[in-house]
Amino acid sequence: MKAVKALRTPGGLSLRIDSRAAGAVLLLAAAAAAVAVVLIGSGDFPMSFGDVVGTLLGNGTAAQEFIVQDVRLPRVLVALLVGASLALSGAVFQSLARNPLGSPDVIGFSQGSTVGALTVIVLFGGGSLAVAGGAVAGGLVTGIAVYTLAWKRGVQGFRLVLVGIGVAAVLTALIHFLITKANLVDATRATLWMTGSLDGRDWAQVWPLAGMCAVLMPLVFAHGRPLRMLEMGDDAAYALGVPVERTRVVLMGSGVLFIAGATAAAGPIAFVALSAPQLARRLTRSPGPNLASAAVMGAALLLFADWIATNAFGDRMLPVGVVTAVLGGGYLLWLLVTERRAGRI
Amino acid sequence: MQRQRLTAESVTLGYDQRVIAEDLSLEIPDNSFTVIVGPNACGKSTLLRALSRMLRPTRGQVLLDGHVIHSMPAKKVAKTLGLLPQSSIAPDGITVADLVARGRYPHQGLLRQWSPEDERIVEESMAATRVGELADRYVDELSGGQRQRVWIAMALAQQTPLLLLDEPTTYLDIQHQLEVLDLCAELHEAQGRTLVAVLHDLNQAARYATHLVALRDGRVVAEGAPGEVVTAELVEQVFGVKSQIIDDPESGTPLVIPAARRGIGVRVG
Repeated sequence: MKAVKALRTPGGLSLRIDSRAAGAVLLLAAAAAAVAVVLIGSGDFPMSFGDVVGTLLGNGTAAQEFIVQDVRLPRVLVALLVGASLALSGAVFQSLARNPLGSPDVIGFSQGSTVGALTVIVLFGGGSLAVAGGAVAGGLVTGIAVYTLAWKRGVQGFRLVLVGIGVAAVLTALIHFLITKANLVDATRATLWMTGSLDGRDWAQVWPLAGMCAVLMPLVFAHGRPLRMLEMGDDAAYALGVPVERTRVVLMGSGVLFIAGATAAAGPIAFVALSAPQLARRLTRSPGPNLASAAVMGAALLLFADWIATNAFGDRMLPVGVVTAVLGGGYLLWLLVTERRAGRI
Repeated sequence: MQRQRLTAESVTLGYDQRVIAEDLSLEIPDNSFTVIVGPNACGKSTLLRALSRMLRPTRGQVLLDGHVIHSMPAKKVAKTLGLLPQSSIAPDGITVADLVARGRYPHQGLLRQWSPEDERIVEESMAATRVGELADRYVDELSGGQRQRVWIAMALAQQTPLLLLDEPTTYLDIQHQLEVLDLCAELHEAQGRTLVAVLHDLNQAARYATHLVALRDGRVVAEGAPGEVVTAELVEQVFGVKSQIIDDPESGTPLVIPAARRGIGVRVG
């Protein structure tokens, strides 16, 4: 029995709520909050769970205030926002491509952002703001290029994946070329950026990310229902009155901005976009893009990966991108095996 | 004369540079079960795509209730005109009831997602197509015939007075083909909907249609009641097949018997 309930008001408003999906969202949000508090409390100046919560509520000492507000809270917020953005981008593209491999980190958008960032680092020696701008620009140009190349009387899922993989390959070659051109200092900086890391992230990264999410999240969630119709094929969506190409352009644009913004803030963090929507879907067991649960899953996943990166190896702190790559690589193998069995690839 | 609700006015249809039909006009009689027949690549499906707003004619226009269909808001069209496409994809892990419920999309909004009326109509649509017992089953587990009934139920839940069906019997065995066509006839007679279907089998078309349209090379060769339209000359002209026409002993409609190749089927003794 499906646990879908309808909430109705006397005025004729009605909302459809899948209680399992709602439960998953709440559970993941609670998990993310708990990991966030633990993360804020750990480090060279450890704080207890209660102290962290107290400080967040404004009852901490001056030292605690400084540690929490200025150092650790912004990093955790960046992790939450980047995780959610990556996951939403992944959910949108996987749904549009009707294929779990149609993920923005597989079809070239992450690589595009990387080329943009590396161009700024290697060719112009720009500062971190310019690097972030380069990442956004690179992602957007790649998005437009992939859409244009894949367009033939509308964009079909499989063509999007194949064109994207081709574009990703070309961009990867460009990345290597840029690194060989760089001097040693720039090359080190570029490599570090490419791993994806949350080290040293502060309010300067939080505000642009928060602004982006405040605009794009409502837009994407409002297009969740038409996106669900699109999963049945363009013809079926047309028949149901979905403005197919317009919906697709709005969603692809938002998806590209999400991944480009996240990459600008934290570097190309691997596999969150690929795995979070699929994990969310297996948790909620409901068809469709599962946008809300994917977003909280991404946020929780990245925070958890950051906790592993900073705490699991003693004094050796790893960049979070290494952890997500290891977790996600295993996940990708599992996905390829099960999808192959299901006959989808 | 009163104009029919759905008409094509000298439309030119094609993809990119390839023209499939030129200067084609067609009126779908209200409350008819219209069946479009013709050889492969005659433009049947293309015509249906144009009638359903999916393909924009390069010249001419399709009118729905007197309005140019391509300038009407998408959801408004979807409340009047439904379409069962040739191939739709059932999302992974979706149940029958969920899929049928998606037919309510044009009647819903962000804050009006699931009214009591939606619920009632979904129940009725599942009952009409006899998939009510399957409501909680996953669509991927169903047989081809059951699945097609579920898709028809979704189109019904859209509650449109006009319903277009693009080859609804393809890939089904004969039992399920008849089941789907009987269902269509029932929807036409009992609920008074206007149905337009593209079919491959001329005899089935003649048996079920109230209005038959024969298409060849993007032109309407003949249209009218099957009893008047289906003649040996027409079958040869449209399909290039010599045949005899006899009365269908079951239904009295024309039955096309293709001429046998010389030497086959002639046995003496």
